[in-house]
Amino acid sequence: MIISIASGKGGTGKTTVATNLAISLECDVQILDCDVEEPNAHLFIRPTIEEVKTITTPVPEVDMDKCTLCGKCAEICQFKAIIVIGETVLPFHELCHSCGGCMEVCPEKAITETGRELGIIERGNKNGLEFVHGKLRIGEAMSPPLIKKVREYTRPGILTIIDAPPGTSCPVIASMTGADFVMLVTEPTPFGLYDLKLAVGAVKILGIPCGLVINRSDMGDDQVRVYAEQEGIPILMEIPFDRRIAEAYSRGEMIVEVMPEWKDKFSELYLRIEKIVE
Amino acid sequence: MKEIVIISGKGGTGKTSIIAAFASLAKNKVLCDADVDAADLHLIMDPEITERHDFESGRTAIINQDKCTECGLCRDLCRWNAISEDFVVDSIECEGCGVCCYFCPEEAIDFPLNTCGEWYLSESRFGPMAHARLGIAEENSGKLVSLIRQEGKKLVEEKNLSLLLTDGPPGIGCPVIASMGGATAVLIVTEPTVSGRHDMERVAELAAFFKIPAMMCVNKFDLNPSQGEAIEAFARERNVGVIGRVPFDPAFTNAMVQGKTIVEFDSQSEGCVAVKTIWENLAQSFEI
Repeated sequence: MIISIASGKGGTGKTTVATNLAISLECDVQILDCDVEEPNAHLFIRPTIEEVKTITTPVPEVDMDKCTLCGKCAEICQFKAIIVIGETVLPFHELCHSCGGCMEVCPEKAITETGRELGIIERGNKNGLEFVHGKLRIGEAMSPPLIKKVREYTRPGILTIIDAPPGTSCPVIASMTGADFVMLVTEPTPFGLYDLKLAVGAVKILGIPCGLVINRSDMGDDQVRVYAEQEGIPILMEIPFDRRIAEAYSRGEMIVEVMPEWKDKFSELYLRIEKIVE
Repeated sequence: MKEIVIISGKGGTGKTSIIAAFASLAKNKVLCDADVDAADLHLIMDPEITERHDFESGRTAIINQDKCTECGLCRDLCRWNAISEDFVVDSIECEGCGVCCYFCPEEAIDFPLNTCGEWYLSESRFGPMAHARLGIAEENSGKLVSLIRQEGKKLVEEKNLSLLLTDGPPGIGCPVIASMGGATAVLIVTEPTVSGRHDMERVAELAAFFKIPAMMCVNKFDLNPSQGEAIEAFARERNVGVIGRVPFDPAFTNAMVQGKTIVEFDSQSEGCVAVKTIWENLAQSFEI
């Protein structure tokens, strides 16, 4: 089963829920941190990294000895990532989406592909819990291709927990597509609610069942609960604001490490999800 | 014209609450919400929309089943596996590269422009505002960020103002890169946690990469003062200006619930006093 943990609004507690859930369960679990722009799960899981891989995406390279400056490559490119200027052809690797169109269209076969570094993927483990995350290279704009590479580490037959990035656009979609369940983590504030509605919209487009975790549940107002009831979205867990939790988080400690009684609550959370998915 | 962009790396550190407070304090400014993915600033500003425009960007392939002979060339060429066995394009997976459309021997593939969001010009009780909403599950957020900042700058000029206050998105990817190019400075709002620190380091590196002057403040400082101090030390090492500390103050959340800035909600609160100091430091540093 694949559970994707998303939120719309940032900083609501996605990583807290993902990491605590991952270490609370007895079954075979892997955690994939798909927030490749700002991955944080490793700060709490503290895995031993066993493998580091540089991930690249194909971008064009032009052999000017073969090029006749016909301009077909520039014509097909939707992203203005290759242009003919004077007597030369200039590829802009940072703008390239790696569609391969220029290479395909070139009548002289003057274009081959080289790689642009997207970032790295690190794989490791902590007491049998498999850990994988992507780290986007600083300056790289496109995170979805790296997220898709992280998701290739999904192992069928075990529980995969995905820590998704905030927002509702393409990186989030790349982290939710194909999941069996999306757990939305929110906070009961106007910002939390507004962004939750956007996230629910995204989950609906993908047609995946979802449920809610309300973090800092005793702050703000009750509008998130009203909304959940109206929409028929089950509230699967509430985590009240507790300075001990906030301080533990600040040090990189998980809730279940400082308050072991939460382990049962996270196991229960999983049982509820299992029931919904069945 | 000056432009200050608020970013954070990590989400939920308080960017929008702090820029909302700045809206109460700054003069002669236009507000810009460049977090187009999950825009929240309007929830406090309550702007009255005066202009509404579609945001068109990118294209999606659509196969015309009447013309399609199912030769399979498009499926061979598509690198996104966006075309199903029965030749229907999955609009979410389609990257908009147009390769299928270009090569289709039957010219059976249309490639229309996408309307993937809306952008607005508004009036608020704090002055003019430019904001946008990217459609759910849409792409091209970077382009919408660039557009809305451009519109914000136009408003500053038209109205003879001097400052653009921009609320940026979390992360370090395409929308963040688009939100800081050409800015006078970025203000990084972080929190004294391991993730706040980790993410602040990455976004500070990004600002350095694009040579944008960076300042930073730690929000909820008292949650972990030693972590807060470590982050400030790191910032100084990297030439990121440390311009203040904000204490953990429930007044921020309470103000938000009432749709107010913290300055409007309780100008005597600890949080408000701290943000005022930060604003004064920022204004002084950049002659705003």
